[in-house]
Amino acid sequence: MKPAFSVIFLTTLIGAGQGLFLAYYSAEWLVMLNILQISAGGYIVHAAGISFLLMVGGLVASFFHLGHPERAWRAAAMWRTSWLSREVIALPLAMGTVLVFALIRYFEIDFQVLALGRVPLSLSTLIGFVAVLAIVALFACTAMIYASLKFLRQWHSPLTVLNFFLMGTASGFTLATLLAVATGAGPFGYFCGMAIFLTLAALLSRLFSLSRNRRLRSPSTLQSAIGVHHPTIRQIAQGAMGGSFNTRAFMHTYGAGVVRLARRFFLLAGFVLPLLLLVISDADTLVLCSIALLLQVLGLLTERWYFFIEAEHPQNVYYQMIS
Amino acid sequence: MTQLALVIDLNTCVGCHACVTSCKEWNTSGEAGPMVDRNPYGADPTGTFFNRVQTFEVGEYPSTQTIHFPKSCLHCEDPPCVPVCPTGASYKRPEDGIVLVDYDKCIGCEYCSWACPYGAREIDEQQKVMKKCTLCVDRLYDESLPEAERKPVCVLSCPTSARIYGDIHDPESEASRAINAASGYQLMPEWGTQPANHYLPRRKVNIAVHEEDLQRVDNPLRKEDRGQRAPTTRTTLDDSTSW
Repeated sequence: MKPAFSVIFLTTLIGAGQGLFLAYYSAEWLVMLNILQISAGGYIVHAAGISFLLMVGGLVASFFHLGHPERAWRAAAMWRTSWLSREVIALPLAMGTVLVFALIRYFEIDFQVLALGRVPLSLSTLIGFVAVLAIVALFACTAMIYASLKFLRQWHSPLTVLNFFLMGTASGFTLATLLAVATGAGPFGYFCGMAIFLTLAALLSRLFSLSRNRRLRSPSTLQSAIGVHHPTIRQIAQGAMGGSFNTRAFMHTYGAGVVRLARRFFLLAGFVLPLLLLVISDADTLVLCSIALLLQVLGLLTERWYFFIEAEHPQNVYYQMIS
Repeated sequence: MTQLALVIDLNTCVGCHACVTSCKEWNTSGEAGPMVDRNPYGADPTGTFFNRVQTFEVGEYPSTQTIHFPKSCLHCEDPPCVPVCPTGASYKRPEDGIVLVDYDKCIGCEYCSWACPYGAREIDEQQKVMKKCTLCVDRLYDESLPEAERKPVCVLSCPTSARIYGDIHDPESEASRAINAASGYQLMPEWGTQPANHYLPRRKVNIAVHEEDLQRVDNPLRKEDRGQRAPTTRTTLDDSTSW
């Protein structure tokens, strides 16, 4: 497939935003349950704000993918069948609840709604819980857009959902680590440890899907495509001289060398180097954490680009030679 | 339930592209507005077509066959492009099984084209909406047309009658009979999309010519021993007339 840049930015940015909110909100719960000692305090408002802005950035990027962005509101209609439609509902829901959470905390209009044993639950905490549900649903919807296409065999796998979740949360926790260092508050150990764990898990899961995809063979051949069962078939005309949508949208034009280089780059920059940097960083190494985040973001953007390059569309068997 | 479809006979198609040009002509002049044509008279003309004819060479020289392969939307009975559409712009008509795009609802996200294994959908780069074969739905029910012309324009224009149009769920239709008689098949059956359009395979054409067909055994002239006439240099009426 040809990489769709707006979609690459959409999925990477919202993934980091979703992960960041999960990091701070989960930390707050761990403090409430007395598992963690250090609280991020009021900085959770900043984290929620940044998470919201990242999702806004992703949403803006997604509009560049549409031929008719002014009709985008229609895209919520078919949520019964379309994962894209479900994403169109889950994204504003996640953005809205994160924003309301941040506003309640910022204007200090919070109040206790109920208590869970000895743990008091405030309105914002409950809204934050809804936000977590929306964020998890959003991860599933975003990934299922790709994983549900059974003809694109490289995408049609539970690994796609796992990868989207792990990469999103990994970059979110790396961002949380950087925020904890920059603000000087918050459970650095929890954020950094989780970032290391999630980055490692994402690396393993991605390596697994890379090796799976290398072994895939499309069941569609020129023989089944035109229904002529002869071992030797050669295309001599594809019905268009100057190319067509079919030759532009489903094939990439990058050489094998560029693709190989991109794979090595995203494995290093997206996973291995941030892992090393996070392992050696501590609560006052702002530069190390900044570099780790920058590398990871560049690496994950490249990874999403590679995700498109990897996918082989069966329609390409009809377009092997112009004339 | 009706399922309108095309049956395309690869044994008869000569690759003249009459279906391609008549399809473009009819659909670019329609209510939905023109279909984009970029650089139409330049070196690399490109644009949106609902129907294209591809050409394949089968076998190895010198025993090769050229196969002309018209390719358009197959109006699948289980169309994978329809459920993925987020707006409901892509739909399959329950009354006749035609898969259509509502150009006023389409947001141009291209997701349906990702979901179609045949590459049957093309974005119109000017109108920014997804387009595809409509089976000339604007002809089929148009009572201002003579009844014989209420067919897809590609079917009407085909000079070799390689395209048959009909309801493949009606076993008595011309399309169903052609599928049954010549073992019509579907494209990429491995994906389970059940395309409604069928293709008729290439067939070996052997005409058995017997001596009796050329020389009548009971030719009365032979009985009178006048069967073998001496060759004559005179021009006969048969030679000078084309019947």
